[in-house]
Amino acid sequence: MKIGILGFQGGIKEHERMLKQLGVETRRIRYIQDLDKIDAMILPGGESTTMGIFLHNSGLLKPLKEAVEKGMPVLATCAGLILLAQEVEGLSFASLKVLPVRVRRNAYGRQKESFTTQINLSFDKARPFPGVFIRAPKIEKTLEDKVEVLSFLEEQPVMIRYGKIIGCTFHPELTSDTRVHKYFLQVISAKN
Amino acid sequence: MQKGSWIVKRGFAEMLKNGVIMDVTTPEQARIAEDAGAVAVMALERVPADIRREGGVARMASIEKIVSIMEAVSIPVMAKVRIGHIAEARVLEALGVDFIDESEVLTPADEECHIDKNVFTVPFVCGARDLGEALRKIQEGAAMIRTKGEAGTGNVVEAVRHMRRMVREINYVCTLPSEELPRVAKEMGVSVALLEEVRKEKRLPVVNFAAGGIATPQDAALMRMLGADGIFVGSGIFKSENPAVFAQKIVQACAFFDDPKVLLEACKGIEGAMKGCSTEELQLSLQERGW
Repeated sequence: MKIGILGFQGGIKEHERMLKQLGVETRRIRYIQDLDKIDAMILPGGESTTMGIFLHNSGLLKPLKEAVEKGMPVLATCAGLILLAQEVEGLSFASLKVLPVRVRRNAYGRQKESFTTQINLSFDKARPFPGVFIRAPKIEKTLEDKVEVLSFLEEQPVMIRYGKIIGCTFHPELTSDTRVHKYFLQVISAKN
Repeated sequence: MQKGSWIVKRGFAEMLKNGVIMDVTTPEQARIAEDAGAVAVMALERVPADIRREGGVARMASIEKIVSIMEAVSIPVMAKVRIGHIAEARVLEALGVDFIDESEVLTPADEECHIDKNVFTVPFVCGARDLGEALRKIQEGAAMIRTKGEAGTGNVVEAVRHMRRMVREINYVCTLPSEELPRVAKEMGVSVALLEEVRKEKRLPVVNFAAGGIATPQDAALMRMLGADGIFVGSGIFKSENPAVFAQKIVQACAFFDDPKVLLEACKGIEGAMKGCSTEELQLSLQERGW
């Protein structure tokens, strides 16, 4: 299995390190041809505006959107989630618009409001997960019933699943806890 | 729920990687930077080239200026305080800037003490010329390091010197037998634990951006080739003929430094780059400030 990681900007190395630890090969995606023969994608955290500009300029926007619509699994963290969302409040920039949710950027406030807290994962309730929220977005609304919430924080979704798309408003790649990435590997392997 | 923890400060800096942080002095410039793909802006009263030319005491930017820039863009906004100026830092923290730069580019306020950055919720970036200086700043609580270069000159030579030295010293520390660590730690004025962290990761424990004198897309790419995680660009952009184009090209060159074809495209159409000055002509060396 080979997982592509959008490779323009942001927390690319952190996802690479985590997947390496789980024995999975990765490839940085910056050109259209990089999408060949990858089994899944990760859209990392970073600056969504910046990544949106690169997505647009590289010509990757359309092929990536088509691949996701055809069922390629995606894990999106923080800014990555914003790039997937159908609706983004405030500024508009190039994005995939494949995930039926409405998100608000920097919804908790600026960097001084960034925080860590324990969250519960519905697929592994045995122990809480260390949630790292950095200038994090909020999922204000899910726009389809098929969007399943995997984790709540103060009654708001912070991790969701829609088919083979996993979205987190936090940064599992900044911790040493591999459970979110392991769950993603299960989603990739699952038959439909 | 814990705010201002090390993982949140350092993690935020990680999310800026491969990006360009641009100095701006007006909301219009901030929007140009955001539209060009900057990952953050540094809100300043005057860019380093003007500070250098005009002289006087260079202080933190006015509150009104910073607020107008924060309102203009959605990307993170950084601002500079004078070395050791705890009050300027507390004011900026209360204002809500995303990152504070305790910067030698402004006139130092304290010649003996840097700010104790560990007690702040807001993360700090600090300049350094070598490994010891970088690790001392990290020990003081800096979540990000930038090589100092020589700000406001449009001359990349000092940024190169600092990045080369940093990498050379990291390599040196990695080759040492463990019994030599206490001696080197003492020489650098840092803890052995911090040196061990460097040895384990074979790099600084926080991200390191290059700064000071970066004036062309080629300069940006050069600093990435030498190991910088990203770059700060100051006077270069808004002292060029077409800042919007120039800014886009710098962003492109920073992300594609390892692809000569894309880099070539990023370097086309650059006319009227900042004039710059050689270090021999310098009246004032900013990099000597801080320790």
